Amino acid sequence: MRRINPAWGFLAPALLVIAVFFFLPVAASLLLSFTDFDVYAVADPHSLRLVGLANYIHLLHEPRFWTALGNTFYFVLVGGPLSVAVSLGAALLLDARLTRLKGFFRTVFFLPVVTTLVAVAVVWRYLYHPRYGLLNHLLALAGLGPVDWLGDPRWAMPAIILLAVWKNFGFNMIIFVAGLQSIPERLYEAARMDGAGAWQQLRHVTLPMLAPTFLFVAIITMIGYFQLFAEPYVMTQGGPANRTLSIVLLMYEEGFRWWSMGHAAAIAFVLFAIILGLTLLQLRLRPLQGRA
Amino acid sequence: MRRAAETVALHAALAAGAALTLVPLVWMVSASFMPAGEASALPPRWLPSAPTLEHYRALFTRLDLARHLANSALLASAVTLIALATNSMAGYAFAKLRFAGRDRLFRLLLAALVIPAQVAMLPLFLLLRELGCINTYWAVVIPGMASIFGIFLFRQHALAIPDAVLDAARIDGAGEFRIYRTLVLFLSAPILVTLGVFTFMGTWNDFMWPLIVLADQRLYTLPVALANLAGEHVQDTELMMAGAVLTVLPVTLLFVCLQRYYLAGIMAGGVKE
Repeated sequence: MRRINPAWGFLAPALLVIAVFFFLPVAASLLLSFTDFDVYAVADPHSLRLVGLANYIHLLHEPRFWTALGNTFYFVLVGGPLSVAVSLGAALLLDARLTRLKGFFRTVFFLPVVTTLVAVAVVWRYLYHPRYGLLNHLLALAGLGPVDWLGDPRWAMPAIILLAVWKNFGFNMIIFVAGLQSIPERLYEAARMDGAGAWQQLRHVTLPMLAPTFLFVAIITMIGYFQLFAEPYVMTQGGPANRTLSIVLLMYEEGFRWWSMGHAAAIAFVLFAIILGLTLLQLRLRPLQGRA
Repeated sequence: MRRAAETVALHAALAAGAALTLVPLVWMVSASFMPAGEASALPPRWLPSAPTLEHYRALFTRLDLARHLANSALLASAVTLIALATNSMAGYAFAKLRFAGRDRLFRLLLAALVIPAQVAMLPLFLLLRELGCINTYWAVVIPGMASIFGIFLFRQHALAIPDAVLDAARIDGAGEFRIYRTLVLFLSAPILVTLGVFTFMGTWNDFMWPLIVLADQRLYTLPVALANLAGEHVQDTELMMAGAVLTVLPVTLLFVCLQRYYLAGIMAGGVKE
């Protein structure tokens, strides 16, 4: 009789949970997206029918889907780079040789990351208040505004981006600090001997050496930002005029408010396909980055 | 001279950044102690004229927030304890035990990290409904009982445990599970803290999944209860700020106390890729 490898005993609990409660649902979700699973099927699964690509075709003709897709790309393409830029700036300040109280500043900058998103979204909703909010008050001191941050269709998404940057920059900042600290000091010494100033050292030593960190940060930020949900749910419910309706918020409404799970599954898979495609694209661009 | 100017400019920038970062949080705390209506005064006030605890009292008496606090604490603790056990066992196996297909299986798990959690949510909801778990604590606990990221983090750490130490224990006749329980866990205390803090905070702060699976108000976690209150009490700014403080405070304290471990975890995940 062959003994079973004891390793499987160690793996079984975790793998069982992940297989049954993650991989199985992911596969089932793909199937679900080819069915007309709706509020009637929730009550009686036998009324379920396969409808092929009908859910995906429906999405193509659904204006709210395109709006949500556009809004989500706006959030990712503007908010993502802005977030990474602020993270890098904070990391450079924090890692500078002359900086004192590093631990204090690091803790402060990281604090928003650990806070509960729903709670700070509630707080920011009041900061954004057009009449009583602190933000407009500060703008007024500078002779600007007032801006109806969450009520004006043009400003609602920028307002959500500002909150997201504030909430998230500390996370990538820590990763950048780790990247900065792994750059060998002798590279800077060599650059200084060649007469490179601070700016040239940043341009020709720091940034190229940070390329792998950039790639990692870009990918996790992108994946995270595509899943925008709680900010619009709490602050705007997708409004005004659907301008902050995100893909995940649309999926939530379709799936769990109207129980159109077939539609919702198709939305989820479009999101997955976009994330997968853009992740592979960024990985593919890596060799180019390394050589630059 | 130039160096002094640089130092001043550097710290001015850092101080400005720190102030911008802290303003929303400081205002949240300050407004939570203001008498009703004062947070909507013109011009805006920075500090309460007469600090009061009335909103905190209202949260615990009228709005039963203690129940939601207990729900969040219970769920986050349960998920953390279970996930620590499962993830550390699997992570250890991937790092130190030999079995067929180990590396391929690990790569498969890592690749699955790009799958957004939302993709699984719809069938997961139906599955848990079949199991009778929807609208119970189990609906939140079950999907959190293991995580790919947790396995990954523990494996990265366990790779550094010398094989000689494990082999010595085997020669002494210790069984595999005993080696894990006494030796591996003992050597992994720091990473267990890291992983524990990560899991606890992630579960505490999670919003979308508890929102979906908990319909009974009495089961709401703090974030779900707070989002619900925010809809009903839009005008009660000070009350909402007190609720936000209560939601944020436990995880913030946890972070401040254990930040060394927490930040080390992010760096381990980020640099080694």
